[in-house]
Amino acid sequence: MKKDHKAGRFLLDNNTYIIFLALFLICCLISDKFFSYLNLRNILLQQAGPILVALGMLMVILTGGIDLSVGSVMAVGSSLTAVLMTQFGIPWIPAIFIALAAGTVLGTFTGMMVAYLKFQGFVASLAVMTIARGIAYTITNATPINLENGTLNTLSSKEFGYPIIPIMFALIVIFVIIEKYTAYGRLVIASGSNVEAVKLSGIRTQRYILSVYMISAALSTLAGVFVAARSNVGNSTIGEGQELDAIAACVIGGASLAGGKGSVTKTVIGALILALIGNIMNLLAVPAYPQRIIKGCIIIAAVLLQVLTDKKED
Amino acid sequence: MEKGQCRLEMDHISKHFGGTHALDNVSVRVGQGEIHALIGENGAGKSTLIKILSGAYTKDEGTIQIDGKEVSINSPLDAKNLGVAVIYQEFMLAPDLSVAENIFIDKLSEKGKLINWKKLNQDAKERLEGLGFGNISPQKKVGSLSVAHQQIVEICKCLTHNARILILDEPTAVLTVAEIDKLFRLIRLLKEQGVSIIFVSHHMNEIFELCDSYTVLKDGCFVNTGKVKDVQNDDLIHMMIGRELTQMYPERNAKIGEVVLKVEDLNAGDRVRNINFEVRSGEVLGFSGLVGSGRTETMRAIFGVDKKDSGKITFLGETVDFKEPRDAVRKGLGYLSENRKTLGLLVNQSIRINTTMSSLGKVTKRGFLKHKKEKEYVKELLSKMSTKYGSMEDDVSSLSGGNQQKISFAKWVSADCRCIVFDEPTRGVDVGAKVEIYEIINSLAEQGVAVIIISSEMTEIIGMCDRALIMAQGRITGEVGREFLNEDTIIKLAMEG
Repeated sequence: MKKDHKAGRFLLDNNTYIIFLALFLICCLISDKFFSYLNLRNILLQQAGPILVALGMLMVILTGGIDLSVGSVMAVGSSLTAVLMTQFGIPWIPAIFIALAAGTVLGTFTGMMVAYLKFQGFVASLAVMTIARGIAYTITNATPINLENGTLNTLSSKEFGYPIIPIMFALIVIFVIIEKYTAYGRLVIASGSNVEAVKLSGIRTQRYILSVYMISAALSTLAGVFVAARSNVGNSTIGEGQELDAIAACVIGGASLAGGKGSVTKTVIGALILALIGNIMNLLAVPAYPQRIIKGCIIIAAVLLQVLTDKKED
Repeated sequence: MEKGQCRLEMDHISKHFGGTHALDNVSVRVGQGEIHALIGENGAGKSTLIKILSGAYTKDEGTIQIDGKEVSINSPLDAKNLGVAVIYQEFMLAPDLSVAENIFIDKLSEKGKLINWKKLNQDAKERLEGLGFGNISPQKKVGSLSVAHQQIVEICKCLTHNARILILDEPTAVLTVAEIDKLFRLIRLLKEQGVSIIFVSHHMNEIFELCDSYTVLKDGCFVNTGKVKDVQNDDLIHMMIGRELTQMYPERNAKIGEVVLKVEDLNAGDRVRNINFEVRSGEVLGFSGLVGSGRTETMRAIFGVDKKDSGKITFLGETVDFKEPRDAVRKGLGYLSENRKTLGLLVNQSIRINTTMSSLGKVTKRGFLKHKKEKEYVKELLSKMSTKYGSMEDDVSSLSGGNQQKISFAKWVSADCRCIVFDEPTRGVDVGAKVEIYEIINSLAEQGVAVIIISSEMTEIIGMCDRALIMAQGRITGEVGREFLNEDTIIKLAMEG
């Protein structure tokens, strides 16, 4: 009886991983194209951006906020890098860093409104979402900017070992360390649990809240750069709806939108679950519109599982 | 008890969660128009019993009879229809709706009818007058009322459903002396009308003043039941904690030293006017007075939570001006807030995380957490405070009130403060844990910490403090040394101004 309970507990605690493994096996079984080097590498190349966005979103969600601007900030990252390279002749590596700085400024703006002016994250990031999209359109005239070969696409080129993928893994490791092993991570989570209590404990909660929006924007900008690198085109229309995928990844990974609860590794897995669903349906040639219906249903199922896990804890 | 007179009979009730028995074969009987005290430490099973009666939990075994008929209560709606109502410490009121809307909230949803506001307000007024509270305006927003009046609205709301059994869960915890008086008058009025009342309180004097009969629970088991007039205070405490309580307020052997905190001419808003006081190392200074007299506000202003208008604060010989709590904590001033759930603890985080919140510096190196060190540190600290917990990874909300309070204490004890303000340190804590908390406070004073206790319990101020300041309407109305501290003096000064 007790053993059963323990086993059940383990299954519930790790349901994100189990769903992922099950899904992975199912994918292997129903399509022989799925488990191939080419397909898996493509999934990672495609998902590096969305995974980074989800990590940034997770940081914001841990504080009890939400960042709707991530998709538009991606567009700024992609467009600005391209504009700097083509119109100002800046080499691609410095161009990325300038874009990162600019993206972070947008996040600082959101974070200031939330931390110091007490805006709700939803409202502040909604405004910045519109502003950022407007900036992306303005600087590109809403037309795609083709980039020279051998510049930005180095990031996704075979000769250099697809740099996007190791960069993504390095960032995941850094965020696992931040979450588990730093006072900073601890206080971000604490701020999301009960911000007043943390403040009364003598901690400057505003700084932590500001910082997560900056991180989210920086990661989103980088995600935009990744997307531009893969296509070698700077584009102001990318990232539409990316905020919803990022939130879904966090939630599938067990994060609570009320704050204080969430996991870096599970969020990454959550993003990969969404990716696998998309990938297998493409391989099976499921049309795009029904794909969305199935994706939505899977999100509901995942959240239902989280709710059940919570019940068990009571 | 005669048949027909017995309103409620709960027989051989058992309930377990997983492997633990929350209630084991417990029986309670309450007569018609009787006030019955339900007594026990935190974790004794009172809440579980109340929740079974109100339909929040379902019992595993046993029977419930109301007015001689066996009933099954499977949901809060069942309980409501049977006339069972509970007034919890956290009220079930919508703060943005008016008093009348709250009282008649279930009538507002009746289908196909428009609301007759005039009649609704009139009915609410009549009902409130019937309870002796005609001064509460039905049109006012509930959120703008005092806690005491909110409680009355809550009671009034329950009575509109013809409650036959009213359960009051620590109703006096948030009230001032005068308000408690009014509440007791109301409870007696309801008793005359034949309502049966189950009264939960940690205050023995209230039980003796108000209740007819009692049932004592301990560790989920039935201990004893009887008439209140047949027992003594010490008998009840003995039944409750299962041992003699030799000393409610343990001895302290602290040396009073130099001035740690000195406040001169402090003003902040309406509630803090011209406050002057000092507290020395090793001293326990009490702040007494009615709820809302400005005690908490004074401390919040000193601690940097609220803005000061004027005044000079000297801490450890240095003039300071704490702009935010962080400044105060860095210098060594700690403040344990009065409401541990909303301002003190991170209820959905682990015991470990809560314990080291204010002292992360001790378990980190260059910003990186040392998990092993942290675990050892937490273990040692909590065992020093005899905190009972399963695993330090459990949520802090899984603990009883007394142990939760010890965790909030741990936060400050571990932060190496030179002066700590404890705002209502034993609210909602049972007798046994209270003594342990007093011991922690004493050991802090013995280590040379200057301690300030804000408390609405006069016995606590009298028992614990070297000196007490009494506040009324934002001003200090008197200072009383230990040898002159008694309830009469405190009440007199608290009613001044």
